[in-house]
Amino acid sequence: MKHLKFIALGILFGIILVKSEAIAWFRIQEMFRFQSFHMYGIIGSAVFIGVISIIIIKKFNIKTLSGDPIKLTPKPFNKIGNLTGGVMFGLGWALVGACPGPLYVLLGTGYSIIIIPIISAIIGVIVYGLVKNKLLH
Amino acid sequence: MIDLINQPWPWYVSGPLIGLFIPLLLIIGNKQLGLSSSIKHICAVCLPVKKIPFFNYDSKKEAWNLFLVVGIILGGVVTNYVVDLNYEVLINETTKAELKQIGLTDFKGFIPSELYNWSTTLPNIVLMVIGGFLVGFGTRYANGCTSGHAIMGLSLLNVGSLVAVIGFFIGGLIMTHVLFPLIF
Repeated sequence: MKHLKFIALGILFGIILVKSEAIAWFRIQEMFRFQSFHMYGIIGSAVFIGVISIIIIKKFNIKTLSGDPIKLTPKPFNKIGNLTGGVMFGLGWALVGACPGPLYVLLGTGYSIIIIPIISAIIGVIVYGLVKNKLLH
Repeated sequence: MIDLINQPWPWYVSGPLIGLFIPLLLIIGNKQLGLSSSIKHICAVCLPVKKIPFFNYDSKKEAWNLFLVVGIILGGVVTNYVVDLNYEVLINETTKAELKQIGLTDFKGFIPSELYNWSTTLPNIVLMVIGGFLVGFGTRYANGCTSGHAIMGLSLLNVGSLVAVIGFFIGGLIMTHVLFPLIF
């Protein structure tokens, strides 16, 4: 079962998200009101470790466990899409108080009500799929 | 040790641990961290949407992402089983006072129970629906979310990810400072 490792990594990720309190609506409010360093510290230190890791992987040409070269594909830069989509996501993030990862974690921790924003997020993605070609990116 | 399990972790513990998932996912699975695309894969795998070109791709190749999501949900289940999560997140007192002004009194748990629970009012359900829709539509339009853009994308020094993150904050600040006072 080659996907088992992703379930294992997911479990660890979920536990860390709970213990970080990044899944808390209250923490997201605190962040958007600039009244605590907590969320900035989490995102900032995660990016710091990420940058260092990518540098090390590139410099020492580190391979995957199965010996393949590591693929790093940068996301395309879409001025309008990144910004407009970003603003829309930000509006939703502050309102629901959770981005996709935390939505899943909250569901797991027993907040069954979170199924409502999850279902409407699914609808949002379907609508995007329908109108994608009409949007400027 | 008991404290480590029971107490929330400070940012300088949890942040670097989250960051470590970038090399972990790359080295173990040759995958880039990103969670919002899972919503697209849920559509492609579970719903009859293959006629829409956006969903007509080889979703088997992306199955790993859904397994990661299953794990993340299980991570929540496990933590909830081991630790009492119905505690009050110790946010800044100013934030708490400002949230009291918009009518919140119950600060226990991770989400405000007065706004979001099954016995809430219809307007609050509508807010959840709108918020979820914006999260779904916005992540696809921006091509990523907090994990894919803010953490993975910034780690790769992607310009588009920086633009998206700026967008996240513009949206979040508008919602918090302009729309919240009008809604609540």
